[in-house]
Parts: sequence; C-alpha cells; structure tokens
Amino acid sequence: MPPWPSILEQTYRADHGRIVATLIRVMGGDFASAEELVQEAFEAALQQWPREGVPAEPRAWLLRAARNKAVDRVRRGVRLGARVDELEVLARLEQELSSAPDGTDWQAHPDDSLRLLFTCCHPALAEDIQVALALRTLCGLTTEEVARAFLVPPATMAQRLVRAQRKIRDAGIPYVIPELDALTERTRGVLHAIYLLFSEGYAATEGDALLRVDLCAEALRLARLARSLLPRHGEVAALLSMLLLHHSRHRARVAEDGGLVLLDRQDRSMWNAAEVEEGLAQLEAAFALGAFGPYTIQAAIAALHAQAKRPEDTDWEQIAALYHRLSELAPGPVVELNRAAAVAMAKGPEHGLALVDDLEASGRLTSYHLLPAARAELLRRLGRREEAAAAYRRALALVRTEPERRFLEERLREVI
Amino acid sequence: MKYLLMIYENEKIWESYSQDETRQLLGEYAVFTESLHKGGGYIAGEALEPTPTATTVRIREGKRLTTDGPFAETREQLGGFYLVEAKDLDEAIAMASRIPSARTGSIEVRPIMDYTKNMG
Repeated sequence: MPPWPSILEQTYRADHGRIVATLIRVMGGDFASAEELVQEAFEAALQQWPREGVPAEPRAWLLRAARNKAVDRVRRGVRLGARVDELEVLARLEQELSSAPDGTDWQAHPDDSLRLLFTCCHPALAEDIQVALALRTLCGLTTEEVARAFLVPPATMAQRLVRAQRKIRDAGIPYVIPELDALTERTRGVLHAIYLLFSEGYAATEGDALLRVDLCAEALRLARLARSLLPRHGEVAALLSMLLLHHSRHRARVAEDGGLVLLDRQDRSMWNAAEVEEGLAQLEAAFALGAFGPYTIQAAIAALHAQAKRPEDTDWEQIAALYHRLSELAPGPVVELNRAAAVAMAKGPEHGLALVDDLEASGRLTSYHLLPAARAELLRRLGRREEAAAAYRRALALVRTEPERRFLEERLREVI
Repeated sequence: MKYLLMIYENEKIWESYSQDETRQLLGEYAVFTESLHKGGGYIAGEALEPTPTATTVRIREGKRLTTDGPFAETREQLGGFYLVEAKDLDEAIAMASRIPSARTGSIEVRPIMDYTKNMG
C-alpha cells in the first residue's frame, strides 16, 4: 500500500467533491456547513492515519467521519423547540449512519454529484457563477484556481461564491436533479462546468503535473451521467465525444520525464483505441440528433485528429474550416488562436502569423502564455529566429506549469 | 418556505384589452387562484390599483417627503401579488409560471425572510 500522505492526497483529489455532495444532501442543502465538515474530516485523517494506519476504505472512512461530525454539530445546535428542518437533518443523518456499514454506503447515492452539479447550475444563479460554484464545490478547485479560470481577483471570486451559496440557502434552491422540463434549461451551465472541469484536468493551469487525470476522469463520469439523463440532447453527446477523444490521447501526451508531447510528435499507438472508437460513435450520435453547436464542432476537430494515422495525414483544411465556424458560433480569443494554428498548417505559417498578429494587436490574451508561444512557433518555422527567440522569452515569462516551461526552454535553445 | 410572487406588467396593456379579453384574463386568474387554494399553497393575494393612485413616502434628514407616483418610473409596474407557501424555489417558480400575466409581463419571485434562521 502506498504511504498515507499520497493516499490522502489521492482521495482528496478524486473524492472530495463526491463527499461534499453527499454531505450537502444529508445536511438539507447547506453548502457552507458541508464544506466545513468535509474539511474537518480530512484534518482528522491527517491526525489519525499516521497513528492508526490507513483504513481499508479511505473515502468511506472520510464520509463517515464527516457525517459523525455533522451529527455532533446538529445535536449541539438542536435546542428545545428546534425547527422541523433541523430535526429532519438529524434524523436523516442518524438513519444513514446506522443503516450503512463502512465501505458499502458509498454506492447508495451515486447521483449525489450530479445533484450537486444541477443545483450549482440552477437558472436562478448567474451563469458564470454557476460554473464557478461547480468547479469550487464539486471539483474541489481552490478559490484561487477558480478565480484564475475566470480571470478575476481571488477576493472577488470568494465574495461571489459566498453570495451564491447564500442565495441557494435563502431562496430555497432545492438540492435535486430537476424534472425533465427544467433539465434542458440547465444543460448549458452543466455542460460548461463539465467542459471546464475536464480542461482544468487536461491542462492544469498551475503546478508540477501537466495532467490531473482524476479531474478528467470525474468530468468523463459526469458527462456519461448527463448523457444518460438527456439521451436526445445532441450537444451532450458531442461533449462526451470530445472528452473521450481528448482523453484517449492522454498517455501519449506526457513524456517519460513528465514533459509535454505535442500532437504531431505523439506516439499514436499509445492512443486508447476503445476511447477513440467510443468518441467517434458519440459524434455520430450527436450528428444524428441534429447537433451542430460548439461542442459538436470541437468534437469533429478532435475526430479528424484521431482519424489521421500519421500527423501528415491530418486534414488541416477541414480543421481550419471547422475553427472558422467555431469562431462564428462561440467567438473568443482562444478559439482565434487555435484557428490561427490550423490555418498555418493548412495554408502556411505566414497566414497563421497574420491571424496571431491581429489577435495580439487586439490586446486580448495579454497574459496568456500560449499566444507568444504560438507566435514563436510560427516565426521559428518561417526561419525568423531572433523574433522567435524574443517571443519564446515572452511566453516563458507568463507560463505557470513546470512541464510547459521546460518545453518552451527547449524550443528557445533551438533558435538561439 | 414563503414566497412573494410579484406581478410586473406594463399596466397600459390592460387598457388595450377589449371587454372580452379582460373577462377571459380575469377568468384565468380566478382559475389560477382557485388552483392555489386547492393545492394548499395560497396564503394571500391581491391586485393593486394602477400606479397613478400611488404615493411614495420618504424620510430624509428627519423630514417627511411625500410625492406623487411610484418609486421609480419603469416600463413594467407592480400590479399585484400572491403570497404562497412552497416547498422550495422550484415549486415557487412553477407557481409563478402559471400566473396568466407571466405571458405578457414578468413575475419576480422573492423568498420571505425567515428571522429565526439566522439566529441559531
């Protein structure tokens, strides 16, 4: 068995959201208390595991610890003349604790995290806060990480999150998976949250590791659940397709030394064939359901990459055309940047460079390291080594993950 | 939980209705109110006289200022309300969406403050 700190860390990353989700349910929708209690349970593990050894079922242990603390807390709080809902919470907690032997209770409510996701994405909350709340609560990202994803200061994000949790409590937003008619109203936010969760896992914004496979796996699990809940919704199938196709490449994307391997240098035999196949089938399903939204286009792009046996077989014309359509449907600087890269491959680096220069002139993405990195790459291919070196240096000043830093440093050495 | 369902509508819209249309709409309101009574959610509900009958009162620096008209000039005016008991926001939203004026105006759903909740 691996040492306890790594098991605890692994459990935190993989299961924090699910434990919180369950706690919110038994606490009658109280987000803030649930988060605190789970935090206390992890602190208890930090104290006890080194002394008593790692329990056989770490996450069941943590869930039970959090619930015991919840019972204590509710009992302490419940006074004579307590309100009905407090008594209900207590009854529910005690019943769960007495009826579930350790380790088996985990399966009892597999949809808790979906319930949490749909609650976070309630239309009574503003759309950007829906996604932020889902990332914070369900995915266990820190407030700083969420703030970075939304490009706002951490203090602002913290305030917004508290306000949203308060609204859930005070306005009586229920902790349920909604009925079918309300389900579609929330799909946008739910899909966006799953997408961002996967992105955070697939290209972590900070730290030593390039990939956080646990986040990707959770995003895939949620996408599958959403797919089964909304079988006739084409964009859900498209999102699942896109996640599968990206995920199929994750082993080839990281070198043995932990470095980043770009698509054109990946060992394609390492791609997960089953996931590619399933991803292509889900894309077919999306088309059959008449979907042609942003997720469908991105899935189609990923599919074109997946179908190329060798990098030089890639249908860049088609990919550039799809990016063009995507930039009309879901305009944004990151899409523009990707389009520039595709155009460079289809028509030549000078065409791509023109698009990148436009983007830079627009003043967007000024703190995003991939903009100068892309520019550097195109300049390098055009043989403009000095300009390329300057652009690599600018990218290095902005990059936040270690593997990407190493990658850029290597490229810089090639041009100086 | 208790919720106030506030019915906002451009009040000119009622002037534009023919007698038949008005009668039909009032009939729909009667049916809706009856359904709230039957469903057990109804606590109170009233329609308001139009905004020309409104008076706004403020106290500023200890002095009372009384002015004609509603607090703010807007396109839609508060025309009536229901006070209901609902399990949660979703149930209150479901009730609000069945108010006939939801088709032409908008319904603001606000929870009634529970003073006991923050005193535990």
